[in-house]
Amino acid sequence: MRIRISNGRVIDPANGIDRQSDLCIADGHIVAVDNCPDDFSPEREIDAGGKIVMPGLVDLRARLREPGQENKATIASECQAAAAGGITTLSIPPDTDPVIDTPAVVELIHQRAELAGTAKVVPLGALTVGLNGKQLSEMAELKRAGCVGVSNALSPIHDTLVLRRALEYAASHDLTVLMHPEDPHLAHEGCAHEGTVSTRLGLPGVPSAAETVAVAETLMLIEQTDAPVHFCQLSTARAVQMVARAQFDGLPITADVGSYQLHLTEMDVANFNGDCHVRPPLRTERDRIALREALVRGTLDAICSDHQPHDPDAKLAPFCDTEPGISALETHLALSYRLVQQELLALPDLIAKLTIEPARILQINAGSLSVGAAADICIFDPEARWTVEPHELISQGKNTPFAGWELAGKVTHTLLDGRVVFEN
Amino acid sequence: MTGNNIQLDEHGRLRHFLTIEGLKKTILTDILDYAENFTTVGHQPVKKLPLLRGKTITNLFFEASTRTRTTFELAAKRLSADVLNINIDTSSAVKGESLLDMLRNFEAMHCDMFVVRHARSGAAHFIAQHVAPHISVINGGDGSHAHPTQAMLDVFTIRRHKQEFQNLTVAIVGDIMHSRVARSQIHALTTLGVPEVRVVGPQTLIPVEAEQLGVHVYNDMQRGLRNADVVIMLRLQRERMQGALLPSAQEFFECYGLTERTLAFAKPDAIVMHPGPINRGVEIESTVADGPQSVILEQVTNGIAVRMAIMAMTLGRHQGKDSDTQFEELD
Repeated sequence: MRIRISNGRVIDPANGIDRQSDLCIADGHIVAVDNCPDDFSPEREIDAGGKIVMPGLVDLRARLREPGQENKATIASECQAAAAGGITTLSIPPDTDPVIDTPAVVELIHQRAELAGTAKVVPLGALTVGLNGKQLSEMAELKRAGCVGVSNALSPIHDTLVLRRALEYAASHDLTVLMHPEDPHLAHEGCAHEGTVSTRLGLPGVPSAAETVAVAETLMLIEQTDAPVHFCQLSTARAVQMVARAQFDGLPITADVGSYQLHLTEMDVANFNGDCHVRPPLRTERDRIALREALVRGTLDAICSDHQPHDPDAKLAPFCDTEPGISALETHLALSYRLVQQELLALPDLIAKLTIEPARILQINAGSLSVGAAADICIFDPEARWTVEPHELISQGKNTPFAGWELAGKVTHTLLDGRVVFEN
Repeated sequence: MTGNNIQLDEHGRLRHFLTIEGLKKTILTDILDYAENFTTVGHQPVKKLPLLRGKTITNLFFEASTRTRTTFELAAKRLSADVLNINIDTSSAVKGESLLDMLRNFEAMHCDMFVVRHARSGAAHFIAQHVAPHISVINGGDGSHAHPTQAMLDVFTIRRHKQEFQNLTVAIVGDIMHSRVARSQIHALTTLGVPEVRVVGPQTLIPVEAEQLGVHVYNDMQRGLRNADVVIMLRLQRERMQGALLPSAQEFFECYGLTERTLAFAKPDAIVMHPGPINRGVEIESTVADGPQSVILEQVTNGIAVRMAIMAMTLGRHQGKDSDTQFEELD
């Protein structure tokens, strides 16, 4: 199918493009930006006047719940939600059931995603077998099967020798390790940031040190091994500072933040709001400001949705008994766009952190509008305002703390390999 | 901050009683004043008032408790309510039925009030958010969060001995970190105008940023008790000996136990309080617990009057002034 997207403001940070122009698509690929060939006869014309045309978003971390927790969501349901959120590539952590530690699971996920056909799913392999933190997984095999990185997700690796060897082995196979820095002993059974709010509410706390101690340990191992590491979901000012320092010293490190961490703080937990139960926990206003500044400075390379859809029962319990996580695919872009509205980031810089930067971290061919690239495209109307209504979410998970928030910016079209997979 | 709106009805009267935090001083004073009326009921030949006749109160205890449950039960019965006691073994509750399913069942039995005790912070809020609109919820203790009726009976006892709150120094000693009693006491004391509330204990048992609650933190017993008018000892749970919070019960007693020697640091007329049940020789010496300065048993007696007041105020709120009139006729 040949499509021309005309009159939009095309922003493609990978190629330094930000201008009003047309985009031509044929056979699933981008054939021209600006001047379509004279003989180009589109079968479909999309008028993007007043809208932004950008690469489809690359989400570094989204749980789709399949295989294993299909009562919460499925690959099909969440890929559809992704399309509605302008996301065309989803990277999924290995903590499915079964764990992504064999090629068979990778194949299953690929098949289901292809069947769904509304987003590309790139799995992360388990760093250790069954995420047990003891035995290295067959990373070369997992890479051949299509894993784009390795991670132990939220499962701890207690043994620092195992961690060191895992980093070295992954580096040997040119696989980025995605680390969730959380010291399991300090995090213990905590469910809220250890601070004013946890003290008031009598909730077991997760101290900032649970993150900084884990970051420090990993940094020392990176220094030792020179293995590249990506830190997921930094939540504290101090950890961001440590990562910035290490980057300055030349260590091969990248880092991301969950979009909700940029908008919420521990104060949002104050009425035992289970929708604000996330891991790592929402931290202080000081931390939130530091995370935002780190985005501007580039310490944080990417913003991810950290999508975690839940069934309603998962959130119907006293705070600590609720399951952590937010259904975030469909608010990801509009929440991130707030950072532009709040004049924190220029729009092209924001788009880079949602597209090309995460693609670079995973070393995948995505997140750009280069001629010849797959036509994975998001068209976004920055003027459209909407109110977040949980029941209107396409995701099977309706668990969002942003219910009732009025946001600016709506996805009007999402294209995957040149096909329109979402239109509104 | 927490539960402020949910606790009050549209006229600003108590609908639930979940936490002291966020309640105005006038409401606390009303409860204390109202409770004064009930202190004599226990001495009358017929220990009953008809204020809650025809009402059904369900004690939902997800955590073991003898004393608190009993005083709630007595309070309800002295107000002529029908009382159901449900003790739920949380281990089996977790397995099958969800908390909400269980609530729906009791709602279907047309209860008017739930008194809830639960091991998780926020459980009473959660229940209050999900019950049918005509049901009142009283927090009988949730996790480490709040135990507001205990705090009210404590300040009631303090007021009976010290009259004015404005000049007092109150020291709360022991495991502040895990104590719902301490949190509620701190809110009650500061709201009522106590100028100096101290928490005393080792740093492992003091929550972070405790000063934000409006207290002064002391790690030293002598300095913490100096010139105190009221000394409140908290129960130290046995399980705190695990997890590296404390080295041993003996060392805790040596450093933070209340003995005749350490009590001497406080004012000579200081009163000694404890929410019970007491661990003799762990946080308090028997001679002090049973001594002339101890008001521990008085707290238990006052607990009934204070709980009667809170139940009557929350369940009787639709009667407005009538409940007072009804009371006066009977007095």
